[in-house]
Amino acid sequence: MVKQESESANRPDNTAFTQQRLPAWQPILSAGIVIPGFVLIGLAFIGIGVALLVTSRSIQVLELDYTGDSNGSPCSSCSQSDIANCKCSLNFTLTTLFQGPVFFYYGLSNYFQNYRRYGASKDDNQLYGDLSSFTSPSSSCSPYNYDSSKKPIVPCGSIANSMFNDTFTLTRTVSGTTNNVTLDGKGIAWWTDYNIKYRNPSVTPLKNAFNGTVKPINWAKPAYELDASDRSNNGFVNQDFLVWMRRAALPNFRKLYRRIDASGDYQKGLPAGNYTIDITYNYPVRAFNGAKKIVFSNVSWMGGSNEFLGIAYLVIGSLCVVMSVVMLIVYAKFKFPDEE
Amino acid sequence: MTQILSFNKLQNFSKVTLLSVLFLNFCHISFSFCLLQTNAIKTSKYNFFTFLPLNLFEQFQRIANAYFLFLLVLQVIPQISSLSWFTTVVPLILVLTVTAAKDATDDINRHRSDNRVNNRKVQVLIDRKLRSEKWMNVQVGDIIKLENNQFVTADLLLLSSSEPLNLVYIETAELDGETNLKVRQALPVTGDLGDDIEKLADFNGEVRCEPPNNRLDRFTGVLSFAGQKYSLDNEKILLRGCTLRNTEWCFGLVLFGGPETKLMQNCGKSTFKRTSIDRLMNILVLFIFGFLAFMCSVLAIGNYIWERNEGSQFTVFLPRLEDDPAFSSFLTFWSYVIILNTVVPISLYVSVEIIRLGNSFYIDWDRKMYYARNDTPAEARTTTLNEELGQIKYVFSDKTGTLTQNIMIFNKCTINGKCYGKMCTPLTSPHQPKQYTDTVDFSFNPLADSRFVFHDHSLVEAVKLENTEVHAFFRLLALCHTVMAEEKKEGELFYQAQSPDEGALVTAARNFGFVFRSRTPDSISIVEMGKQCNYELLAILDFNNVRKRMSVIVRSPEGKLSLYCKGADTIIYERLHQSCSKLMDVTTEHLNEFAGDGLRTLALAYKDLDEEYFNQWIQRHHEANTALEDREGKLDQLYEEIEKDLLLLGATAIEDKLQDGVPQTIEQLSKADIKIWVLTGDKQETAENIGYSCNLLREEMNDVFIISGNSLEDVQQELRNARTSMKPDAAENSEFLPEMDKGVKVVTDEVVNGEYGLVINGHSLAYALEHSLELEFLRTACMCKAVICCRVTPLQKAQVVELVKKYKKAVTLAIGDGANDVSMIKAAHIGVGISGQEGMQAVLSSDYSFAQFRFLQRLLLVHGRWSYLRMCKFLRYFFYKNFTFTFVHFWFAFFCGFSAQTVYDEWFITLYNLMYTALPVLGMSLFDQDVNDVWSFQHPQLYVPGQLNLYFSKKSFFKCALHSCYSSLVLFFIPYAAMYDTVRDDGKDIADYQSFALLTQTCLLFAVSIQMSYWTAVNTFFVLGSLAMYFAVTFTMYSNGMFTILPSAFPFIGTARNSLNQPNVWLTIFLTSILCVLPVITNRFLMIQLCPTINDKAKATPAPPTRRARIRRTSSRRSGYAFSHAQGYGDLVTSGRFLRRPALTRSSGFTHAGRTTTSFSPMGRSAGYSPTGRPQNNKVPDVEVTSLQMYRTITDSAP
Repeated sequence: MVKQESESANRPDNTAFTQQRLPAWQPILSAGIVIPGFVLIGLAFIGIGVALLVTSRSIQVLELDYTGDSNGSPCSSCSQSDIANCKCSLNFTLTTLFQGPVFFYYGLSNYFQNYRRYGASKDDNQLYGDLSSFTSPSSSCSPYNYDSSKKPIVPCGSIANSMFNDTFTLTRTVSGTTNNVTLDGKGIAWWTDYNIKYRNPSVTPLKNAFNGTVKPINWAKPAYELDASDRSNNGFVNQDFLVWMRRAALPNFRKLYRRIDASGDYQKGLPAGNYTIDITYNYPVRAFNGAKKIVFSNVSWMGGSNEFLGIAYLVIGSLCVVMSVVMLIVYAKFKFPDEE
Repeated sequence: MTQILSFNKLQNFSKVTLLSVLFLNFCHISFSFCLLQTNAIKTSKYNFFTFLPLNLFEQFQRIANAYFLFLLVLQVIPQISSLSWFTTVVPLILVLTVTAAKDATDDINRHRSDNRVNNRKVQVLIDRKLRSEKWMNVQVGDIIKLENNQFVTADLLLLSSSEPLNLVYIETAELDGETNLKVRQALPVTGDLGDDIEKLADFNGEVRCEPPNNRLDRFTGVLSFAGQKYSLDNEKILLRGCTLRNTEWCFGLVLFGGPETKLMQNCGKSTFKRTSIDRLMNILVLFIFGFLAFMCSVLAIGNYIWERNEGSQFTVFLPRLEDDPAFSSFLTFWSYVIILNTVVPISLYVSVEIIRLGNSFYIDWDRKMYYARNDTPAEARTTTLNEELGQIKYVFSDKTGTLTQNIMIFNKCTINGKCYGKMCTPLTSPHQPKQYTDTVDFSFNPLADSRFVFHDHSLVEAVKLENTEVHAFFRLLALCHTVMAEEKKEGELFYQAQSPDEGALVTAARNFGFVFRSRTPDSISIVEMGKQCNYELLAILDFNNVRKRMSVIVRSPEGKLSLYCKGADTIIYERLHQSCSKLMDVTTEHLNEFAGDGLRTLALAYKDLDEEYFNQWIQRHHEANTALEDREGKLDQLYEEIEKDLLLLGATAIEDKLQDGVPQTIEQLSKADIKIWVLTGDKQETAENIGYSCNLLREEMNDVFIISGNSLEDVQQELRNARTSMKPDAAENSEFLPEMDKGVKVVTDEVVNGEYGLVINGHSLAYALEHSLELEFLRTACMCKAVICCRVTPLQKAQVVELVKKYKKAVTLAIGDGANDVSMIKAAHIGVGISGQEGMQAVLSSDYSFAQFRFLQRLLLVHGRWSYLRMCKFLRYFFYKNFTFTFVHFWFAFFCGFSAQTVYDEWFITLYNLMYTALPVLGMSLFDQDVNDVWSFQHPQLYVPGQLNLYFSKKSFFKCALHSCYSSLVLFFIPYAAMYDTVRDDGKDIADYQSFALLTQTCLLFAVSIQMSYWTAVNTFFVLGSLAMYFAVTFTMYSNGMFTILPSAFPFIGTARNSLNQPNVWLTIFLTSILCVLPVITNRFLMIQLCPTINDKAKATPAPPTRRARIRRTSSRRSGYAFSHAQGYGDLVTSGRFLRRPALTRSSGFTHAGRTTTSFSPMGRSAGYSPTGRPQNNKVPDVEVTSLQMYRTITDSAP
């Protein structure tokens, strides 16, 4: 027995793995599978596409450009001057109810928030409330880490410095009287941004934490005074700041400005009527051929309005069906492999 | 000698006494170094401390690693750095670690083997005593004592030996691969020292010799001793690596030790073999570098334009570092070099190595390539050539021991018109030899060899019935030969035969009751049916290649004079008496049958001699034998005169036993369009015979050309004729050949009608391989279906392989078992060694080894094909996934101001190749099978795409680049469009950079993961596991916890949670994945329908073709004569020399050695059989070798 073993000591193991006999499945592209498969996928896609398109179409969107680069537009005077807090206003009329909840976005185009150096120009530690980064901001913020008098800038960097600073108020004119539409600015940023990613230093009052620092060059007010009305909406957890800091992926983007507060007349959304948006025009975009706009939109289960997905599904679904017909023809004509 | 003279002029040597030996060594390097030269060898590269720096240094010499180091440098430049340093460092460290670990293991093994060699013990003369010392402590100038079967420690000057005339016998297999014994002889003056320790210790000589070099066959030096000078040549030197044989002891003076020995000087030249995929990959990598530069340039130009038009105006929000757009675009160029570096994946080379290693393990593990009888599994000795196995176009095979087992079996015979032996009657088909399966019982004969097997009882009956012809037949076999018998114990006979054929014949006679027992120079004693008879041996008419016969003239105990002759049928027939004509016809019929079965035949005839005539003849014979002029011619004439009017006895048929499954294997391989060339040292007849028996040459071939010209012109003419008859319109001018880019011509395959075979002789081959003829030869040979080169030397074998390698763009494989195959094994792209046959030389220099030739078909058709397929699939997939990954960045550049912003999260970039896609691709390249092994065998033509390099070429690379271009467009623009201006279902942001990055990378991972086509449980686990891991890692990296630990390293916090709960995100992922796959499926489906490949066809043929029974046509033209016998043995037998060692007189022994020039190799340099008489299973290295290796012990004449 021992001898037997030693004689075949080198015999390889007989396992499915070593003998390469692992059971396997491989898709076989036979006509019986491929053609019905394509038809099924095609039909499913068409179904999804229709659903998406219907949903997307049901979303109401109102876009208003207020860049003011053409002379006739309301904000053209503001866009050509450098006056701070230049005021202009836009009027629009809703003929039907704008179904709520209604979101108020500002949109920028040709704006490269996704430029690499722009995106890197911030100090995550500083924004996380690390006081040591207040005194010595990361060099990635350069040139917005120190001002001309070598004082550290908080919050530092290009993103913070270029924060969008136009403000809007929405009024509705009903039979001659003008009343403000309440805009809700709470919870417009991501929960994670507000609660975890950005944090004010645990110093009270907040102002003290900013001692020895200066506000970003383009800012009118220091970070701790961004929202005079709400103490908790200041510093790095200011909602507008958070929204701005979540930089966009593409050069054309919109960012949430406010929600229409669903109360009173606006419980169901924006009722039909005449509206005016008063704009405090500060943000220069014409230098780089940018555009600014205001967008009102509601949402569906699939988010904001975007017809692309629906159309894409429809097109691809149809293509699949067409291809299955082509394949069927080819198969009928050439018939390979012969399935006897 | 000139060299030494020049050293003499330097006059810078001094005399140093080393252990009482005054020794002087010239050395061209440094004198002191030479003196301290010990015998220690070092093949290892590193030690504990030097490992890290040296290994790193070596690794960074590799272009890929250096490139990544360069990237790392770029990444620390803040203006350029577009990616964090860790994206490069992590993969680089991983790659370096894996490689370093492999190098370390290799080096540890080398250390071990060094230590083993260095710590071998040898007896050294120290302080007038013999002491056992380690090899490494032996120094130049020491005197050492070697014993039988020991390895020679260093390069020695032979001083004295135990053998007469101070001879020693050595085996040089480890040096030059020749297994025959060679003789070395000490100078008489040193030989006199004997084993007298005192004398040796007092030996006081001075050696001046050439500096260390690697020439194994030459040595020049001078020994000055006692005022005399003696010249030293190679004959007095024992080289390290030889083995002492047949010599009790010898003393030697160490001349060169360790690294200076000729063995070590010859080391380290083994060329590193690369596969064609490797070469293609290198070209592709260069091409990719070019492409990378192109992409970066495009983007840099884009950046220049953007900076000038847009960036200059965007300064309000993004101040510029410098105002010059040109400089910015320069920086961008390098930034994109960093980002797009994934087109040249660092892990490619590592993955390729891992895949090859895995596929090599499969070869080691394959039970179907395990040979139970020797307990030998197949072994992939090289792990870097696997895919090349799937591309073999030419197989060069040795014959003996590779195709054949080197066992001769007395299979059949025809005596007096009656045929005996298994399957002799034409009625019995090969499949039902039932009535013959029971073997013949030889118990009536106490001297019978128990291993001899015969299947026809009627022959024994005939012997027992005292049939005169049958008796004469076996008497002839027992008398007419040059075999030596050795009877160690009463009744236990061992035959030592010069050729295995003879051994088989004599053994057959022995079993049938005609036992050859012993011989003296003038007598042969045999036991005839239990009766002792002494025949007087009067003459041996020796064999040679022209005569093709040998005869003996004996006087029987009764005093009758007879001549017994055996030889080629054609030759014997010419010399038969007219009375035999009827018998001749019957015998011819049988001979044809034998030949048709691929047996080797010899015709036997005899004649009784007239006393008076013989006396007169022997007188003339003696005169002729002593004649000074034209002795050979005169002898031939005499032989011719007496060998006539013979009476035919019959013929023998010996089976040169093929290894199992050889014909089937050859048939399979030729179906796979693999051309098989047999290169053998055997004679033409033998080789041809085997060609037929293993189905290489076939009766139904239109023609078999035999090239045996003896001059350049003859050979050229013969080759031309062959080609014209194959293809009458073949262009005569060989200039009309397409040239390759490097000016090397490539001979294209020429199509001929019909099948042809080519047999070329060694001497003709020498001409054919000359520069002027080589193309002619190659063209002709490549038009033939089968090529057999016989009588080739090991060097010629290599030359033939080189020739095909040079002019054919084809992958070659050489397979052999013996030391004489080493050169071709090394020359071919892939060398395969048959283990366990003729020693280990072939195996040691081979890339793959296994025990049986038939395993070759599994190695090529299954393992090779799979390896090739997997490697190609891997490369295509790997390039696809990396290109797709990278191209997305390219498209994104147009939307981010060419700012070298990455699309994906940096962690994803780091882990994409390492974690997320590593296992699926590995699983694919380890488990993928397009068809299983049974199919591979049933459709050998599936092998052809590999030969044509169809699965991975520049074209398919380009296709896969296009495919990834498409995929990347889908993967960028679908998410782009889907996310454009959209928001989450709670109105919040989702078109932000981080969500977009997450979406794109998830799409990418899904798209590349589902493109697998072979799903075993492991593959499925790997793919799903990798996806699961991706999500696990992503959620972890984007979690609150990780962020709070290191805020700046994990800025993507919350992204996964916030976007992966959105239905439109998943719809986008689904859409992109499907869009990446559907066109592939459509394309494949349509291709299958419109132009199906061999593969598709094979898969579509459900019924495997039944293997057709091999039909052997009976030959009507061909002679089955083949006899591997060499000339000269008759003389040796009659002269009485070499009969046993005591008979060896001092002078004669050495004279003979001198006669065969430098090497004592009576068996011929390239004879296929084992001259050292090693038994089949070569487990015991120190075989007792007897009587000067003149005769081979036939212990294996029966299975």
